[in-house]
Amino acid sequence: MSNSNPGEKPPEKSTGLHIGEAGPGVKKVDPILVADHVSRSFGGLTAVDVEHLEIPRGAITALIGPNGAGKTTLFNLLTGFDKPNSGSWSFSGSDLAGLPAHKVARMGQVRTFQLTKALGLLTVLENMKLGAKNQTGESLIKSIFPWLWKKQEAEIEARALEILERFRLLKLKDDFAASLSGGQRKLLEMARALMSEPTLVMLDEPMAGVNPALTESLLGHILNLKAQGMTVLFVEHDMQMVRHIADWVVVMAEGCVIAEGPPDVVMKNEAVVDAYLGSHQDVDLGVVTGRFTEPKGTS
Amino acid sequence: MDWNSLLVNTAQALFSPVTVAFAMAALGLAVHFGFVGLLNFGIAGFMAVGAYGYAISSLTFGFPWWAAFLASMVASALFALLMGIPTLQLRGDYLAIVTIAAAEIIRLLLLSTTWIKTTGSADGLVAYADDFRSVNPFPPGAYGFGPWSYTANQFWVLTLSLVMLAVCLLFVWRLVKSPWGRVVKGIREDEDAVRALGKNVFAYKMQALVVGGVIAGLGGALYVMPTSANPMLFATSLTFFVWTALLLGGAATVFGPLLGAVIFWVLQAFLGSLLPALADLGVLGALSSAQAGSLRFVLVGILLIVLVVIRPQGLVGDKRELTFVK
Repeated sequence: MSNSNPGEKPPEKSTGLHIGEAGPGVKKVDPILVADHVSRSFGGLTAVDVEHLEIPRGAITALIGPNGAGKTTLFNLLTGFDKPNSGSWSFSGSDLAGLPAHKVARMGQVRTFQLTKALGLLTVLENMKLGAKNQTGESLIKSIFPWLWKKQEAEIEARALEILERFRLLKLKDDFAASLSGGQRKLLEMARALMSEPTLVMLDEPMAGVNPALTESLLGHILNLKAQGMTVLFVEHDMQMVRHIADWVVVMAEGCVIAEGPPDVVMKNEAVVDAYLGSHQDVDLGVVTGRFTEPKGTS
Repeated sequence: MDWNSLLVNTAQALFSPVTVAFAMAALGLAVHFGFVGLLNFGIAGFMAVGAYGYAISSLTFGFPWWAAFLASMVASALFALLMGIPTLQLRGDYLAIVTIAAAEIIRLLLLSTTWIKTTGSADGLVAYADDFRSVNPFPPGAYGFGPWSYTANQFWVLTLSLVMLAVCLLFVWRLVKSPWGRVVKGIREDEDAVRALGKNVFAYKMQALVVGGVIAGLGGALYVMPTSANPMLFATSLTFFVWTALLLGGAATVFGPLLGAVIFWVLQAFLGSLLPALADLGVLGALSSAQAGSLRFVLVGILLIVLVVIRPQGLVGDKRELTFVK
């Protein structure tokens, strides 16, 4: 089980990330993001109730769980897009609780969205340039004096072109982002996030709705982020994928973290199998729904 | 039919201070709606604040003309802040409701007799432009040629209006071509995406509301400069005339508002002369000439509908970039 694609060289995994026995809320050797008692309820429904969670620095962490487990809500809370009912969390040692989203992003914790938010009415290159931080020309007064920001703009453009090249979007740079395919938009959104030179990249379902060929390249890009020293936290449903690239897996169900650990270990965890993979994970779906009779010799 | 007066009326609308004032208001609205996506339905309120800001500071406080213009700008900026603080955090449609209400509140306050000494209530204010006229560099006499003939005062107002319009056009053009413009265009489409990239969306929307509001306020001050300020000038219909001019030219363009305002007023003047003349000739059936004069507003309404259906980006807009509402 440890290597599902025998012919392929598996990506290098980070190990030894935690202290003590792996379990919900386990301490990490070098956490980049630490959350404590974060809870959020919508009316009577508690969407998120996380006791303690640490995200290891320099590794790829996958956040998995069934639909409605609170993954995206937790994402929104951690990035300042939503306000929790209680709790505190810190990023690289500085307190983040109550900080608005744009300040969180400026600190180097940048996110993407489940429903891609490529800005369709800007060109691909403009989308990229928008991602850069600390732009002089973005101040109202300075913006009307082009000589104050032309040089910086040229630097930003050079960097944008470089990243576009890497993401194979260079020839599309002058197209409106609206004309891109769904997969290309996902790439663009990730590339744009990189323009802000983040330290923690949070990807909300980066592979959703992307065809297998492009998935391959997206995976490559995520592994690349780690190679460049960034920390990645992503939400994903595809188990194969999680197994393939994640160094650490956090499993949520009904708003709580129910398990944590290296992918191979977590996926054998009984609680995880019950909550997420389902007790029928090895059975054909048709059998589960009762539309087909169970073939002999299985289960 | 008097073709001569019809043509003269139409041609005059091409270069009138009112057209320029309208172009300014439409430009302010272009900043709000066209570039940032703020649905401001209270542009008449901004114009009223700008106009009365000038008139009151000049009459009540005795400001010189340039200080009165500054006061007019400050008043519009404060009005924008006042309206933006509670509403810019909310969804776009709320701003539309609040602005339309705020504009009506302004008009009704100006109409109220409580401050009649300051605002003049329903009679409005006159003679606030005396200081402005006293610095008129043009000696008394007639200016212009052909259908365009002005008194020295009219010519002075027109000159200053054109200068202000040129400055505002340059300012807005520079703004939207800059990284600042890129951020607000991003906000127009998806606030959260821009927020996730570390931009303070609220601050940008507020800046845009203030900038557009000040330009529209100046437009309001220029609007009343040739004659008098009266609350009835700033009725809700004014807001929709400005919107028509903006959409006609192109909401997300810098020069569209100017083009739209010119076409709007030329068309108004043309129809305003043509329709009563046609009624006198009996072509329009039972309509009297006064009724026929009002018919032009119906025609403008129809024009707006046709425009939105056929050319939502306006005359000079880029269809890919902005269709009417996203």
